[in-house]
Amino acid sequence: MAFIAALDPRVKHTRNVSSIMCDVILALLPGTALYVWWFGFGVLVQICLAIVTALVCEAIVCGLRRKPMRQTLGDLSAIVTAWLLALCIPSLAPWWLIVSGTAFAVVLVKHAYGGLGTNIFNPAMAGYAALLISFPVPMTQWPGGDAATLDLAACLAVIGANTTALDGLTAATALDYAKTQLLLERGFDAMRGEPVFGTLASNGWEWIAVGHLGGGLWLLWRGVIRWQIPAAMLAALLLSALLFHLLDAQRYASPLFHLFAGATVLGAFFIATDPVTAATSPRGRLVFATGIGALVYVIRTWGGYPDGVAFAVLVMNMAAPAIDYFAAPRVLGTGSGQS
Amino acid sequence: MHSAKSIFGAGLWRNNPGLVQLLGLCPLLAVTSTLVNGLGLGLATLLTLLVSNALVSASRGWLRPEIRIPVFVLIIASTVTAIELIMNAWFYGLYKVLGIFVPLIVTNCTIVARAEMFASRQPLAWAILDGLAMGIGFTLVLVVLGAVRELLGQGTLFVGAALLFGTTAQHWTISFSNDYPGFLLALLPPGAFFAFALLVAARNWLDNAFTERRTAPVADAGP
Repeated sequence: MAFIAALDPRVKHTRNVSSIMCDVILALLPGTALYVWWFGFGVLVQICLAIVTALVCEAIVCGLRRKPMRQTLGDLSAIVTAWLLALCIPSLAPWWLIVSGTAFAVVLVKHAYGGLGTNIFNPAMAGYAALLISFPVPMTQWPGGDAATLDLAACLAVIGANTTALDGLTAATALDYAKTQLLLERGFDAMRGEPVFGTLASNGWEWIAVGHLGGGLWLLWRGVIRWQIPAAMLAALLLSALLFHLLDAQRYASPLFHLFAGATVLGAFFIATDPVTAATSPRGRLVFATGIGALVYVIRTWGGYPDGVAFAVLVMNMAAPAIDYFAAPRVLGTGSGQS
Repeated sequence: MHSAKSIFGAGLWRNNPGLVQLLGLCPLLAVTSTLVNGLGLGLATLLTLLVSNALVSASRGWLRPEIRIPVFVLIIASTVTAIELIMNAWFYGLYKVLGIFVPLIVTNCTIVARAEMFASRQPLAWAILDGLAMGIGFTLVLVVLGAVRELLGQGTLFVGAALLFGTTAQHWTISFSNDYPGFLLALLPPGAFFAFALLVAARNWLDNAFTERRTAPVADAGP
């Protein structure tokens, strides 16, 4: 079936998919550079592995589906998916983790649903969720500050070895640490000043978040993403955090902690804004992202996992078509307008 | 009208109860975490299909159409109860592993569908053959699905073969790698849906390929 989507003839289109994806990759650079600065070269190895896997899988699937390979591979969307997934997994995890996760994301989540533009779920987040459910141990061994002392060859050796024993190189993230300490009945007052929380929220990770914030604001300025999704997601998360923090500051972390710990900023600017799987109408985007923010807070605070961006995004992906249905803008001259 | 070949072709491929009719998916997805579990439930279902098809076909002459469905259900339920007792007596380990899914064979849509669509309208011999073909088709899907999920999920095959084949089968377990990390998702319910969807896709793809090959020369020789 040939279905040609005609563009509105009055709108001047200067952007295509690959130039947008190119902007997204550029916007990811500051956060990635800070990641390397704080936690070593591991993340670069993971990104390279992910990109190679994504391109190989995409080429194979295009061959099977008899699709033009140059167009699909050239739109850079597989590279963005791979890059985001690589940023989300521990940087010293064994090589098969990122390879299997990326293959799952590209083959099953993206192409089995029809490829770019028709996939229901965010491929990077679905790949992440599959990995987290399947391999809970290597997926929670986050690098500590000592990982930055490894040179490239040592990183390759750690990632290439088929082992998950990384004693001395890993450390709990702040979200993880806070969760276990709260279970031991220690409040936030008792935890204050411990090194894992760094200056803002989470040692090292907070500056990576600042880097992603910069990249995300640049994307906003370039017009690649719209303000509704990041603003609504951050507002929902921070307002829920503020409310509970004011009620009981011992048991509920501050909004600042929720903003700079975990994947909040990356999720708000790079993941929830995926144009394919998010709601598309302006009001729909507000509802969609508010749902993500609230769900992230619920999962972090009362759920079993320390962070919840991936699950929140996947749940709201499912709701996005319904949200768009109810939030569609009224077509001029139809429905019950005022007047 | 029928031939053994057409009945077996339908049961195993053309009208496979699992991959084409998409019937009986609840046990299909729930118990196929290992090859042996799939085979055990498949054989129990096969036996049920065989017996219920035979009984339905034999009693079709003196059944009033108004009450045929309750009678089918009674026949199927009695068959399943007998099979459950047999498994309880001779395959106790497997019976415990399969748990609620053995009595739930009663609710497997494949069985009542075959009774209504085939056995109640056909002579005894064809009905028995149909039960055999559909049962083997269903068992094969369960076995393949169980093998794929077991292989991906824990890197082994034939775990628990002793449950079905006795103590001689204790060493049948094949382990492909000693430090396989285990793809847990394949063993969880989502993995069952993924693997089953891929099996259906593979069957349709093969079917299309066969059809293309069979029709291509005809198209070339066209008018």
